[in-house]
Amino acid sequence: MSEVTIANRITVKDFNAYYGEKHALKNINIDIPANKIMAMIGPSGCGKSTFLRSINRMNDLIENFKTDGKMMIDGKDVYDKNIDVTNLRRRVGMVFQKPNPFPKTIFENIAYGLRVNRLFKDKKELEEKIEKSLMEAGVWDEVKDDLDKSAFELSGGQQQRLCIARALVIKPEVILMDEPTASLDPISTAKIEELIQVLKKDYTIVIVTHNMQQAARVADKTAFFMLGEIIEYDDTVKMFTKPGNKMTEDYITGRFG
Amino acid sequence: MFNQLIKAFKSKNDRTIAQEIGFTIIKICIFIVILSLGILLLYIFMKGFRVVNLDFITQTPRDGMVKGGIFPAILGTFLLSLGALIFALPTGVLTAVWLTEYATSQKFVRIVRIGINSLAGVPSIVFGLFGLMFFVKYMQFGVCLLSGSLVLGILILPTIIGASEEALLTVPKAFKEASLSLGATRWETMYKIILPNSVSGILTGIILSVGRAAGETAPILMTAATFYTTRLPNSLFSKVMALPYHIYALMTEGSKSGQTEIAYGTALVLLILVLVINGLAIYIRIKSRRARKW
Repeated sequence: MSEVTIANRITVKDFNAYYGEKHALKNINIDIPANKIMAMIGPSGCGKSTFLRSINRMNDLIENFKTDGKMMIDGKDVYDKNIDVTNLRRRVGMVFQKPNPFPKTIFENIAYGLRVNRLFKDKKELEEKIEKSLMEAGVWDEVKDDLDKSAFELSGGQQQRLCIARALVIKPEVILMDEPTASLDPISTAKIEELIQVLKKDYTIVIVTHNMQQAARVADKTAFFMLGEIIEYDDTVKMFTKPGNKMTEDYITGRFG
Repeated sequence: MFNQLIKAFKSKNDRTIAQEIGFTIIKICIFIVILSLGILLLYIFMKGFRVVNLDFITQTPRDGMVKGGIFPAILGTFLLSLGALIFALPTGVLTAVWLTEYATSQKFVRIVRIGINSLAGVPSIVFGLFGLMFFVKYMQFGVCLLSGSLVLGILILPTIIGASEEALLTVPKAFKEASLSLGATRWETMYKIILPNSVSGILTGIILSVGRAAGETAPILMTAATFYTTRLPNSLFSKVMALPYHIYALMTEGSKSGQTEIAYGTALVLLILVLVINGLAIYIRIKSRRARKW
């Protein structure tokens, strides 16, 4: 069946989010296909980060944050009362704007997710999984001799790839990226963009970016957010060549932002 | 100290004069602080150092306190502080954890905070009175190590809670978010990420509060301390001698010559003890600040 129709990993129906009185996301309807990269662009404060953080319920930490509507991953509502939030977050990994490794060794940074989720039987399996994820994140060659060193000794770009490896090691289905290259130099950025392309083979990736070129380069689908609404959502190629909405066109051509 | 001020007056510039008057007042205040601390330390030292020697800190008192040493009082103070810590450490740290990480109702948190702050403002003699009525009489522990430790424990709770909260809040939110995003529970995030990274701050607060507990007199006056005992404490229900109370007793009871000198010697020992404890806290703080990488 799934061979014929492109399966949607994430389905969002009439989704609203509120910070207290503030209506941050308005009536979001969007389908994110599996094994694709979906980028969200839009001016600051448009709700794209709020949307991203609603997917793995990181907004639960914020007092007075409320939602209604449906946010479904593989047909299951993320906001269902019976959902186990820790299990949800294991299945939906996250990479943050600033690299945020733990103040631990490189090895222990990756091991953390395996330990808390009890995803290994013995030391051998632990080491294998760590090596594999560091390879997957393209940082193994640079750190393989320094696994016992503090993660803080790595460069910003290496730290961010370490954080990606940390997210990958617990085998999520979806990876959320919140402006993952915003604090990195162009070379590190290029490496991460390359990596994202490779990762979509195994993961569904949702990425927030302030950089329109980045969306054009990496994403299959792009959503343009403004004032808490999705103005336009389409294939990236179409969006950047023949935008269907005047506001989208103005934004991507840099007339406002 | 006044050079700059004189220079400012010569320049006849109003704003410079105002500034230099301000700075001079600040300098005088600092001078007063350092001077009074210096005089205090010097005075206690001059009055007390003659009686302090190895025998003084290892022997039990003899001849109505004027001979022998103050070992039972040192031991008593140590045990009282330790007991206070055993009670206040888990209670205080876990309360701080709850206040910073778990509490969902901000209104309730505010009420608890007001309570804690009020606790910090209660005069220590009131703690003593409470201890007497509650632990000694109502719970029938009697005047003993246990009652005194519990009262001191309650006394230092606000300090421990405050220091722990401050330490917990210095851990970057990014660590917490990373942990949660990996499927860790809030509890795992707390004891695997947040607590280990704030332990030095918590420790500093705890050590400072131990110094406070060691020096308190009023709370143990009616709950734990005794002026004189030949036996060392052998259970939680023993009365104990304690350094601050020993000083108080020597100065207010009896009329033998030499009591004053012993009192100053005891004060010197207590002072050194507290300074060493505080020094330890400063040492840990400096060391952890160097090791910190974020």
